[in-house]
Amino acid sequence: MTGESNLKRILESAGFAVTAELGPPKGADRHVIENGAKLLGDWVDAINITDNQTAVTRMSSLSACAIVKSMGLDPVLQITARDRNALAIQSDILGASALGIRNVLCLTGDHISMGNHPKSKGVHDIDSIQMVQMVRKMRDEGVFLSGDRITGEKPAVFIGAAENPLAPPPEFRVVRLGKKANAGADFIQTQVIFDVERFRVFMAQVRERKLHEKLAILPGVMPVKSAKVMNYMNTKVPGVRVPDELIQRMQASPDAKAEGVTICVQLIQALKEIEGVRGVHIMAVQWEEVVPEIVERACVRKKQPVGKFA
Amino acid sequence: MPEVGQENFEPRLVAFCCHYCAFAAADLAGVLRLKYPSNVRIIRLPCTGKLDALYLLKAFEVGVDGVMVAGCLEGSCHFISGNLRAKKRVQATQELLKRIGIEQERLEFFNLSSAQGNRFAQIAHEMTLRVRALGPLHHAALAANPAAVAKGSG
Amino acid sequence: MIVADQKPLEEILQMLASYKRVLVLGCQSCVAVCMAGGEKEVGIMASAIRLARRQQGRDVEIVEGAAKRQCDDEFNEPFAGTIEKQEAVLSLACGVGVNKLSERFALPILPALNTRFFGEVERQGVWTEVCAGCGQCILHLTGGICPIARCAKNLLNGPCGGVRDDGTCEVKPDLQCAWILIYNRLQQLNRLDYLAEIMPAKDWSADRAGGGPRKRVREDMML
Ligand code: SF4
Ligand code: SF4
Repeated sequence: MTGESNLKRILESAGFAVTAELGPPKGADRHVIENGAKLLGDWVDAINITDNQTAVTRMSSLSACAIVKSMGLDPVLQITARDRNALAIQSDILGASALGIRNVLCLTGDHISMGNHPKSKGVHDIDSIQMVQMVRKMRDEGVFLSGDRITGEKPAVFIGAAENPLAPPPEFRVVRLGKKANAGADFIQTQVIFDVERFRVFMAQVRERKLHEKLAILPGVMPVKSAKVMNYMNTKVPGVRVPDELIQRMQASPDAKAEGVTICVQLIQALKEIEGVRGVHIMAVQWEEVVPEIVERACVRKKQPVGKFA
Repeated sequence: MPEVGQENFEPRLVAFCCHYCAFAAADLAGVLRLKYPSNVRIIRLPCTGKLDALYLLKAFEVGVDGVMVAGCLEGSCHFISGNLRAKKRVQATQELLKRIGIEQERLEFFNLSSAQGNRFAQIAHEMTLRVRALGPLHHAALAANPAAVAKGSG
Repeated sequence: MIVADQKPLEEILQMLASYKRVLVLGCQSCVAVCMAGGEKEVGIMASAIRLARRQQGRDVEIVEGAAKRQCDDEFNEPFAGTIEKQEAVLSLACGVGVNKLSERFALPILPALNTRFFGEVERQGVWTEVCAGCGQCILHLTGGICPIARCAKNLLNGPCGGVRDDGTCEVKPDLQCAWILIYNRLQQLNRLDYLAEIMPAKDWSADRAGGGPRKRVREDMML
């Protein structure tokens, strides 16, 4: 791999990008990352490494990204504003760039009270939109948030942000996406989508404002193993709506896991047809082994011609 | 030791009574010549809603052994919800008594109507038995240091 | 006002364990209004301490008082004579009062309250934090609803993706998302355009985080 972001290269050549999420372990074993990356590497364009996901302490995203990078793959460094102040984030951006990590995803992060250190103090020095803006200025103008100048090489990173398109207030989500575009985001990975119809309405609003020309939108998808999980997603996860029909299919199926994979494949195929959708982001939380099958069956990617880990 | 001869101990009780119900009920008990313990002192309140924790603590401080608060039946307060508030304040004070180291059973809230002279006599009787069983307040202190109690403070 | 809670009585009794002469001193400002440390609470506290100490068989002499504002020497001075005769003062003021008395008097000043936040009276008996004293007010941009104090993540460009469908915050189901409130309020004021602008990173140097205790000096008012 060159010094370029693979994700950026795919998106700039108008390809359909496939990214997948990989959560670092709650321990120091690098093999967890290596095995996950091996599994995904031949099938996706970039691998997102989560940053203390759900506010639970794990191996640092930056180190896990370095491992992924050393395997010749393209990592996306997720950074939350919950755990780092502007100084720490900027120094990590410089360090990431020096390590050849070419993508960052700027996040607010789940609140600290939801994880395994509820008595710690959340940082929240800046928010995700301000983080996007800060990283863009570092990259394009060579200045830090404070206005101080970067010495020598500027960080070369492709900048992403997240969006939860179906969270309230419905009329405002697209405006907020516009703020992320103005802040300088290059790509957006969304919360998991099950309700394609409602997402279609959101994308119409996006096109109306021509935001799809400013940033590449990759809706999130998730294979689920049971009707119970799907129900949980529907009722408990903000901004996630699951149509009744899908829950019924999961309930009726004799093999719920297989049905979950099939639904995920069909969602990708439906999302792909929406104008302005530039790829898909697969969040197979601890079920990464189904990602190759999903990608293959959705016909969005053949196994890389020269399989790196064949 | 206070435990000795406890059955003869005459507890001093104070009853904070609402003018519209419990006070009238106590009066009625008297008119009907119903017997209730003579050691119950009645303090009339315009409404039990007037009550706060300080009234209750002060009563214990000056040496009573048990306190009852009696307000109207729920739904019949002349000031709509005075009795409900009093009930919550009594509960909070029971909590405080526990922290102080005093049995919270020494304080109790009752509801009754002005026509329940009988019930008033019965409550006074029950409360007397309950507090008699608990023994005099400050018996721990008495045991440890009789002078401290005799002198009082504040 | 400054909103405070009383500490559990056990904790207070422990602080006072070795003292026999104590002034219980309230404050008639904020903490009186929020029913934590005014004259009435001083009475209840003093009574509770006396009863508890009597239960323990250990006498205590308590004097009660309440300063108009414990954060100002001027209002504490009338108590100076009394204070000097005590072994300790139990202050029912906010932490400011405890600091103030500690600067002025040589004896231990003990806090009876946990000082919590700047709050509004939501209704009788309920107080809610609405300003965090950040030192750089931005309420004119947010329809008078503060995201620093009321958004769990201090967002300036919210709402985050954690807001629930019913408009509550991901952090607690009974907490309204500050940014939904801001959105609704700006809609009411016909100023939704404010929310299309990116609000820049906050200048935290005016906040407590910016360098320890803050000070306000008005030369023209100094004597
Ligand atoms: S912006 Fe700062 S000063 Fe203004 S209400 Fe919020 S915390 Fe208080
Ligand atoms: S849900 Fe609303 S109040 Fe809660 S953290 Fe997110 S933006 Fe802030």
